Amino acid sequence: MAHDTGEYVAFRNVQKSYDGETLVVKDLNLSISQGEFLTMLGPSGSGKTTSLMMLAGFETATNGQILLDGRPINQVPPHKRGIGMVFQNYALFPHMTVGENLAFPLEVRGMGKDERETRIKRALDMVQMGSFAARRPAQLSGGQQQRIALARALVFDPKLVLMDEPLGALDKQLREHMQFEIKHLHDSLGITVVYVTHDQGEALTMSDRVAVFNDGRIQQLAPPADLYERPGNSFVAQFIGENNKLPGIVEELRDDRALIRLATGELIDATAVNIHKKGEKTMVSIRPERVEINTEMMPENAHLLDAEVREIIYMGDILRARMRVAGSEDFVVKLRNSIGQRRLNPGEKIRIGWHPQDARALDAV
Amino acid sequence: MASITQTAVPASSLASEGMPLKIRLARAQARNRRRAFLLVLPLLLFVTLTFVLPIGQMLQRSLYHDGFSAAAPSLGQWFSENPEDIRPDEAGFAALAADLRYMKEQNLAGAAGTRINYNVPGSRSLFTSAARKADDLEAPYRDAILGLDQKWDDPRIWVAMREASSPWTSDFYLTALDIQRGADGTLERVDEHSRVYLALYGKTFLLSGVITVICLVLAFPIAHLLATLPMGKANLLMILVLLPFWTSLLVRTTSWIVLLQGQGVLNSLLVSAGIIGEDGRLALINNQTGTIIVMVHILLPFMVLPIYSVMRVIPPAYARAARSLGATSWTTFRRIYAPQTLPGIGAGVLLVFILAVGYYITPALVGGADGQLFSNQIQFHMTRSNWSQAAALAAMLLAGVLVLYWLYDRLIGIDKLKLG
Ligand SMILES: Nc1ncnc2c1ncn2[C@@H]1O[C@H](COP(=O)(O)OP(=O)(O)OP(=O)(O)O)[C@@H](O)[C@H]1O
Ligand SMILES: [Mg+2]
Repeated sequence: MAHDTGEYVAFRNVQKSYDGETLVVKDLNLSISQGEFLTMLGPSGSGKTTSLMMLAGFETATNGQILLDGRPINQVPPHKRGIGMVFQNYALFPHMTVGENLAFPLEVRGMGKDERETRIKRALDMVQMGSFAARRPAQLSGGQQQRIALARALVFDPKLVLMDEPLGALDKQLREHMQFEIKHLHDSLGITVVYVTHDQGEALTMSDRVAVFNDGRIQQLAPPADLYERPGNSFVAQFIGENNKLPGIVEELRDDRALIRLATGELIDATAVNIHKKGEKTMVSIRPERVEINTEMMPENAHLLDAEVREIIYMGDILRARMRVAGSEDFVVKLRNSIGQRRLNPGEKIRIGWHPQDARALDAV
Repeated sequence: MASITQTAVPASSLASEGMPLKIRLARAQARNRRRAFLLVLPLLLFVTLTFVLPIGQMLQRSLYHDGFSAAAPSLGQWFSENPEDIRPDEAGFAALAADLRYMKEQNLAGAAGTRINYNVPGSRSLFTSAARKADDLEAPYRDAILGLDQKWDDPRIWVAMREASSPWTSDFYLTALDIQRGADGTLERVDEHSRVYLALYGKTFLLSGVITVICLVLAFPIAHLLATLPMGKANLLMILVLLPFWTSLLVRTTSWIVLLQGQGVLNSLLVSAGIIGEDGRLALINNQTGTIIVMVHILLPFMVLPIYSVMRVIPPAYARAARSLGATSWTTFRRIYAPQTLPGIGAGVLLVFILAVGYYITPALVGGADGQLFSNQIQFHMTRSNWSQAAALAAMLLAGVLVLYWLYDRLIGIDKLKLG
């Protein structure tokens, strides 16, 4: 993985409006370095596809600049951008065989027959579809079509490959397998990939960095681990993984340590992320697996909360406990199903707490 | 390994009651087939009664005409006893005299004369007047009959009567191919100035081809617009395309006459715009041009609709994929978009061409002298009650269409056709 070789793709203050009234992409700033695997993740309608299409050249940016390898490409037509693309429904040409599909980008580049043959063979072998060149797309299964689409996008050696929910139509098992293969191809070919998905698992497992989109803006751009462990705002905390949220008001703020008074009057410790002053409203976010039920494991003079166990769900590797905490009925705690683990029963009243760095005081929504 | 599978197969193909699976499957399927057949039976009857029977009847008529053979039994006898190319002797004329008397009795002279008249124009009256005087004929018959009219010595009459003495004949097809029987009974092409059918046949197919091509050129962009415009505008355009279907053919044709005639709207506009001079008014109607213009207008929807129905379901992702793979918009159109519209184009072309080949109202109304098509000849013979000739011409048209259909199947494949 060749990271940090500078800025390969850049969006500068890019905006997009389809109807001249609302902006579906609002002030997009993003730079992607060569060899990076960047994922655009976000709910439906958040502007991911639109951003990708602007990069591919199928939509024009209403405002701002898009650069590819340092060159502004706003005026460059799509066929001159040299960007490989994989579409959600593969878009394999139905009237051509697999081999002809792969030959197409090479033919339009005026490549000779011998060279074409070797490249097609290499690309097909790369996706383990070497013996399928004579088939028509309609004679392939979904997963096979997906591989051919991938091979076609790669056969002309593009440096940048865009994928718009390429695995959306596959079942879970095949999807996971293909995730692995795409990631593997990315690593071995050293290409830059911009990947769009609304499956967060996919985003977290495949990407170097993830851009979380909402409402036409990037909410957070960070490596997967940061995104999960250090969400930058309450949308990201809510969107990525499971999350407990406790609304409150900032009581005390010293550097990045904050004391929050919850709506029910209790005090808790938290790390200040995007709160700025005392008296501000906030939303404290705690991951379910970071909640501690053994008081002796908590740091001294940590604030504890009363909790009443409502329900225990057995999930094999973990136990999921739903509790009533600070007026909220669905505070979730995940407990490892290990030998030494304390067993809880519904109706039991316990005390819970957490390390202050695991509770993040975010903007109130 | 192999032995295991071999023993396994018969065991598993035996059903639980011991009846082989294959037989049970066949029985189950036979039941389904019977039910399916009963369901389509009414349709089958309908198609047979309204389509297969009339066409069979038509084909039969094109080969069968008993107008003469039924009226001339004695001549039939004489012709079969005497091999070809024998000049009629006294016995032949005696048979003729007997038949003329029979015609008079049975009132068949008109029908017999009409049949011979098809081959030798102007010979109908020969029969009617001879039959009128048939009772006065006495031996020697040759002199008696030639005394009535010298034309009875014309060998072409005898060749025609010999051919017509059997109800089954290829005469009507020969006529349709501009071929006649000469005085010695051999086949020869008719005089240059009276050759009608073959040239018209060719012209009909050529004009239909021209009309089809113009329709295709006009329909393709319209269909594309229909498929890509936003809903509201596409609906409006669709109404405009379908409008011709909603007005009577006669109204449409008449309005074209108003538009295109010498003193019509279009010419007047061109004159007043100074594009053409007052004496240079274009002849746009009552000729071949008129036929082409009006038929293109009438047949255009049959081209637009199949192409549109195919274009509508081509996802835009294909074009995008092609562009992203490095194709210019022209290459994308040529290699990706156009090939996917082929089934629609094929259907439209076939539909328009076949309709055009059989059209006759429009050419009759606006075609003038040189804008007539083959069907107008069919109609001409039908109005003259020459059913056999009309049927032979229609069969030729059918044959031409079938040949083209076969060619189409060979070249493009009928399974690729998509009508909607
Ligand atoms: N061609 C278009 N014309 C008008 N509006 C559009 C068009 N394409 C997208 N939009 C609007 O732009 C917004 C963003 O759409 P976009 O396709 O980028 O979302 P997305 O993030 O890809 O969503 P999804 O996950 O559902 O694919 C949506 O509100 C959508 O309705
Ligand atoms: Mg999308």
